[in-house]
Amino acid sequence: MSILVVAEHDHAALKSATAHAVTAAAKLGGDVHVLVAGHNARGAADAAAKIAGVAKVLHADAAQLAGQTAENVAALVVGIAAPYSHIVLPATGYGKNVAPRVAALLDVAQVSDIIAVESSDTFVRPIYAGNAFATVQSKDAKKVITVRTTAFDSAAAGGQASVESVAAPADFGRAQVLGQELTKSDRPELTSARIVISGGRGLQKGENFKMLEALADKLNAAIGASRAAVDAGFVPNDYQVGQTGKIVAPDLYIAIGISGAIQHLAGMKDSKVIVAINKDPEAPIFQIADYGLIGDLFEIVPALTAELG
Amino acid sequence: MKLLVPVKRVVDFNVKVRVKTDGSGVDTANVKMSMNPFDEIAVEEAVRLKEKGVATELVAVSCGIAACQETLRTALAIGIDRAILVETDAELQPLAVAKLLKAIVDKEAPQLVILGKQAIDDDSNQTGQMLAALLGWPQATFASKVDIADGKATVKREIDGGLETVAVTLPAVVTTDLRLNEPRYATLPNIMKAKKKPLDVVKPDALGVDVSPRLTTLKVVEPPKRKGGGKVADVKELVAKLRGEAKVIS
Repeated sequence: MSILVVAEHDHAALKSATAHAVTAAAKLGGDVHVLVAGHNARGAADAAAKIAGVAKVLHADAAQLAGQTAENVAALVVGIAAPYSHIVLPATGYGKNVAPRVAALLDVAQVSDIIAVESSDTFVRPIYAGNAFATVQSKDAKKVITVRTTAFDSAAAGGQASVESVAAPADFGRAQVLGQELTKSDRPELTSARIVISGGRGLQKGENFKMLEALADKLNAAIGASRAAVDAGFVPNDYQVGQTGKIVAPDLYIAIGISGAIQHLAGMKDSKVIVAINKDPEAPIFQIADYGLIGDLFEIVPALTAELG
Repeated sequence: MKLLVPVKRVVDFNVKVRVKTDGSGVDTANVKMSMNPFDEIAVEEAVRLKEKGVATELVAVSCGIAACQETLRTALAIGIDRAILVETDAELQPLAVAKLLKAIVDKEAPQLVILGKQAIDDDSNQTGQMLAALLGWPQATFASKVDIADGKATVKREIDGGLETVAVTLPAVVTTDLRLNEPRYATLPNIMKAKKKPLDVVKPDALGVDVSPRLTTLKVVEPPKRKGGGKVADVKELVAKLRGEAKVIS
């Protein structure tokens, strides 16, 4: 039995989600192979080979894989799927886009966003915004799985896998990436940061996120936001933490001016320590916070930044 | 141009669900049900495309029990022209739904299928992508802006690092994200009018689709409760606790 992990990368480098997916794959039992599908992505393929526990890296290099469209990546995965019992992707924007296309082409169910592996065919996954955990068993010959990266540790470095080339199928032709507008930031990535500071509607306007930036600088933290703050246009969409945004589980999560809707809690309640700063003592966020501080965030946040001096 | 808009009936987003004591699932009896919010965004987008003159006919489809007719009536009240219910009491998983939708697409021949990226009950985020795969169509998932022109949909997609723009040749599948639009409320006259709009009912057998579940739910449990509710008096106490007790900052 062997398992294929589809790597997430930006060609030059591997995304951290990949190493988390490898850990989940290793729990299934069997050889773990990693597919790097891209264009001029040797850097990412070499990085995948260095993940401990990876037996082999398959590297597909083709111009039509530059955009990493679901159409082209799924066709490639299905083409090489025969020897694999499981196909594993991280439950990130990339994995969510590609995995169901693979599953449907293989005529198998997909198990989304697993948080635990019970056995090679049985998995635990959150449903209803994490308000229930379902244990599900797949009867299909092949299992297509996406993995919640915060639920599995990152696989260590130290592997020495071989890198093998695989051919990519012809371009699908009817889907084309025209461009990307990526948020530039020197801060740690939201989903892998050790400390996350999130702002909500209580910040009142986008400009006020500067206050959070000053605090984030002191703590080397990533900045996130509630859906309300993103919908109001305070910050870009990729800041959103929640049921349908990013799932984070840092050592420390500081929720500032966030009331704590179910949908937001779904994205952060597995954080180790939660701090909530809110002027409304009834805000639901306080029910899950380890340290709640009731008061005006416009006074508290600068004071906190100064205190950390 | 004809558009197909699949919609799902789910537990309302404001309801905090309760796990059944026997571990067999979530209690949905006597709970408020609504259209999946992401599908509502898809309905709104379809109606706007018709208002702009891009789309000519809007067809909504739902798969599930007879009560899904209510969800379809909601779609009709927002501005969908007619509706199809694929009626079954069987448990439907995303792959089965995608197969049912494919059968409807084969009959209706829409140029665009637009649906929510994810249903807020099972949180699977699969159906749109699976449907695109089964049809051999391109997909533009997690859309925050959709423009249709010259036989193509140009879609801004929400991705983890920001936004991505893709162009897909029609026919295609688009799945909606939160920022695509703000759905309107159905007005009373439109709710009344919706009652007279056509709603056809078909059975999965008539579509030749096997909807047998591939996944078996062995148990459903409540997640571990988080012990929260701790309070600190001021910033000094907070920092002292984070350093001394929680040891998460230095």
